[in-house]
Amino acid sequence: MADMRTPLSRARGLGSAKKGTEHFWMQRVTALANIPLMMFLVGALVVHAGSDYTTMTGFLGNPFVGVLMLLLIFSACYHMRLGLQVVIEDYIHGEATKLLALIANQFFTLTIAVACALAVAKLVIG
Amino acid sequence: MSEQSKPARPLSPHIQIYRWTLTMMLSILHRATGVALYAGTALMAWWLLAAATGPDAYALVQDVSSAWYGRLVLFGYTWALFHHMFGGIRHFIWDTGRGFDLKHVEILARVTAFVPPVLTLGVWVAAYVYLGVYNG
Repeated sequence: MADMRTPLSRARGLGSAKKGTEHFWMQRVTALANIPLMMFLVGALVVHAGSDYTTMTGFLGNPFVGVLMLLLIFSACYHMRLGLQVVIEDYIHGEATKLLALIANQFFTLTIAVACALAVAKLVIG
Repeated sequence: MSEQSKPARPLSPHIQIYRWTLTMMLSILHRATGVALYAGTALMAWWLLAAATGPDAYALVQDVSSAWYGRLVLFGYTWALFHHMFGGIRHFIWDTGRGFDLKHVEILARVTAFVPPVLTLGVWVAAYVYLGVYNG
């Protein structure tokens, strides 16, 4: 059946990758979230420079700290997955190598996110 | 691409042809710091997993992070973080359609290049002050 949609309506909101502006948008949203969350982490690490195991785990075990850490982990990992995806697409031109690199990117970022999140969960819940 | 299918047209010159500019260097550094921060999250995962595992695992993290090479990596990571963050803020300004004229491009470039190193030093001075408080 002939497609009755105009070329403009087909293209609108999607773009050549058929994924719309989601990549751009999520990169910005996570970038915005990363600013205060990273400032929190940097501040926390400065204040805890030289603090021992008990003090540090006590701090990380605080549920409020745990919430911020989980948000940071997910926002940062999402952001870096999008970022490296673009780097891979820009520099790796072989189709198979590119696909493998993109998959490795997904695996790495998800592994980091799950590892960090599990560690934080254990520190908070015990 | 095979030799035959290569077009006989001249290619546009690549980066080594152009005079280096601050904006160009910052564009490259934004990517480079992004990739470095990406790789460095493995260290964050190690730190958190060690803290969740127990005192012995955490002691190794402390040994490495307090050694000169560990501090060097963390110092570099702090700078990469601030640099990438300021580069991102610069992109946010551009996203609103502002700051594209040459004058503001140069101002933003200078802020992005020179504020992060100052902040990095500030963070490390503060960290050493706290380190002194704990040890002293």
